Amino acid sequence: MHEMTIAVNIVDIALQTARAADAQKINTVTVEVGALSGVEPEALEFCFSEACRGTAAQNAKLELILIPAKAHCSHCGNTFETNHFLNLCPQCGQEVIASGGQELKVKTINVD
Amino acid sequence: MCDTCGCGSNETQVTFQKPGEKSHTHLNAHEHHHHEHHHDENHEHHHSHHDHGRLIEVETGVLQKNDLLAERNRGFFEALNILALNLVSSPGSGKTTLLEKTIAQLKDTLNFYVIEGDQQTLRDAERIDALGAPVIQINTGNGCHLDAQMVNKAVKELNPRPHSVLMIENVGNLVCPSLFDLGEAHKVVIISVTEGDDKPLKYPTMFQRSDICVINKIDLLPYVDFDLQMCKDYACQVNPKLRFFELSARNGEGMEPWLNWLKEQVTS
Repeated sequence: MHEMTIAVNIVDIALQTARAADAQKINTVTVEVGALSGVEPEALEFCFSEACRGTAAQNAKLELILIPAKAHCSHCGNTFETNHFLNLCPQCGQEVIASGGQELKVKTINVD
Repeated sequence: MCDTCGCGSNETQVTFQKPGEKSHTHLNAHEHHHHEHHHDENHEHHHSHHDHGRLIEVETGVLQKNDLLAERNRGFFEALNILALNLVSSPGSGKTTLLEKTIAQLKDTLNFYVIEGDQQTLRDAERIDALGAPVIQINTGNGCHLDAQMVNKAVKELNPRPHSVLMIENVGNLVCPSLFDLGEAHKVVIISVTEGDDKPLKYPTMFQRSDICVINKIDLLPYVDFDLQMCKDYACQVNPKLRFFELSARNGEGMEPWLNWLKEQVTS
């Protein structure tokens, strides 16, 4: 389960940023997660609270901005957003592979 | 306390050991972030919902630390003309057998160094050691993947010579290792014909991030429902740039193109 590693990295980045800004406490950490980034949001949320314990981010809230992937149907030209890698075009039923959705980034933190 | 040697270390479960050596080493606490988890029953989950406070822009990639260290590894390999390959697959695809046969056939031409990643045991490192290639085993404990930090430390202990080949056999897992760049020149995904030809669609991230795909155990094709062309088509849908090698490490069928490709990579 690599989500624990991901969570530890997120908390590290948040703590480092907070320390540099002389903040005492981290209230919220906002993270962009692409639909095809290979990270499971539910598993990440579970690991995040564990990774925060005993740090200045204890009890911090994790806000996930889920970013969908994009798919372009070469058959009918339809472009649509999706959370899946392999899709059926909603317009013509053709199999379409999605692209993008690889984001995995700490956007902002809210601190006291 | 370290549960392998009782050495008193509680810093990390990741250990590094060479076959025949009685002691192993750990990552230092400052090298590798490690959280202890006290699984107390009264674990509180009070998420405070603050609307006040200061907002700070961060805009930092979650895996930035790993990626930067991976680039340092890559720079080291490039400077010494070391070909580093990251071998990834599900458990049981034949990574270690492929390594054994590759080393046995090319050891007079190329210098091989091997990093073996497994959760437990020295078994794979012992198989490589028996061939006379310098090898170090990383046991990740509960970890599901190797990361750039582990490889950085393992490389320092292996001390590979210039113009050599460094084979990094990742932990058998078709999901997690795909996210962690180690500094390799090529990520080589291995799939065996006993696994099902739709694996590239079920685990697309790994096939997307690899550039070489070895289809192993083709000697078993008459006995399994595995459509070789279908598997390649699926893999190409996920990643049109994939280069394929179809072989049987066990009986040697199809090994020649793979071995030639390896030789070309080191000399070019």
